Amino acid sequence: MNRLSFCCRHRHPSGFELDVAFNIEHQVTSLFGPSGSGKTTVLALIAGALRPQSARIELGERTLVDTARHVCLAAERRRVGLVFQDHLLFPHLNVEKNLRYGERRRAVGARKIDFSQVVEVLELGELLARMPRNLSGGQRQRVALGRSLLASPELLLLDEPLAALDAPLKDRILTYLERVVAQWKLPTLYVSHAASEVERLADWVIVLRQGRVAATGKPGEVLHLGQGTAASEFKL
Amino acid sequence: MLTTSEWSALELSLRVGVCAVAASLPTAIPIAYLLARGAARASWPIQAIRWLVQLGVDLPLVLPPVVTGYLLLVCLVPGGPIGSVLDRWFGVRLVFTWWAAALASAVVSFPLLVRTIRLAFQNVDPRLEIAARGLGAGPLDSFFSVTLPLARRGILAGAILAFARCLGEFGATIMVLGSSEGRRTIPLAIYSLSHRPGGMERSWRLVLLSVGLACAALIASELLERRQSLRESA
Repeated sequence: MNRLSFCCRHRHPSGFELDVAFNIEHQVTSLFGPSGSGKTTVLALIAGALRPQSARIELGERTLVDTARHVCLAAERRRVGLVFQDHLLFPHLNVEKNLRYGERRRAVGARKIDFSQVVEVLELGELLARMPRNLSGGQRQRVALGRSLLASPELLLLDEPLAALDAPLKDRILTYLERVVAQWKLPTLYVSHAASEVERLADWVIVLRQGRVAATGKPGEVLHLGQGTAASEFKL
Repeated sequence: MLTTSEWSALELSLRVGVCAVAASLPTAIPIAYLLARGAARASWPIQAIRWLVQLGVDLPLVLPPVVTGYLLLVCLVPGGPIGSVLDRWFGVRLVFTWWAAALASAVVSFPLLVRTIRLAFQNVDPRLEIAARGLGAGPLDSFFSVTLPLARRGILAGAILAFARCLGEFGATIMVLGSSEGRRTIPLAIYSLSHRPGGMERSWRLVLLSVGLACAALIASELLERRQSLRESA
């Protein structure tokens, strides 16, 4: 499994400075913390949507960013799949074209994830001809997940993918996420501020607070330590 | 029915408008995109360059068209900075040809074109480009596969508005084209007719034609923009 090493200092738009360092060696790691703690900024820095002031980010053998050596790989060369909270499907393309967008642009030599397998695991077969505007929130999120997978990323970044969904739908999508993790065994960084999601999906948790790592550990250790733990602090 | 000279004015106006817009689009689209996507937190030299580009683009909007035409004439005459190069290298003289009228129309309608296209680009969520980049598309690829298709109706609406502006262009056109028989656009023909005895009555057909063309262009542009808004809200 590719290991992610992340060390970064970056001035956050809300004013405080992000100063975070961690390694990801588990299958699913969760970035857990309240809104404005810098979780999404970390994902944007890894995905290449933001250019850090000072950082070193490595994925496996590849250096994505090393500001000391003026290395900053373009977003399209990082092979990192980012699934946004509001899915961001391309509204002018139908589901099949959305799914194939990244597949057609896959890096040479990248591990191939099979289209039909993704369609089967995420149950997208009946949606292929539909336009994104004709899909429900849960269906859109499944398509966004499938689209990211088909670009054959080496790391999957999920930015609160369930935040906009109601409780029963969250449960269904979590089941799909579990299937994806089991099927393709991609290292995954899962951003959430919901303890129940983190507990169900993550092997390891990194708690962020005001741009700093406040705690790390297994979900059971970090989320349920009683008074003063991350969960109680975030009023979950 | 229209007379021969009225047909000639209509044909010249349409030719000038189509060529002016077609020639402007390849420049207007990248400039509008850069102005739409310019980072608010860019460094001051970048901000200054953006401001200068914006100023240059908007200038013909506030300058009297006759002044724009005068400046073009100074540049395009055989001894002028552009005219001398065209004359010496290519043996081409633009002044008092319909090409000069097309150039004048392009310059005058350019701010309108850029502003409309810029709005169309601003309506495309920039995060869609980030999503495209994350899926392996380079900057040009994401522009052509995501941003441009999503902004296409706005671009078309801008092109129609600019075309309508070209049809109405008078001041700059008369400076670089003159006003001789057979070489008059619709506004020039109306102006010429209205200064002849009985010309006011004879101008009516061209006036109505101008109003009709302008209304059709505005309706088409409005419909396209509405369809784009409906699509976005869906």
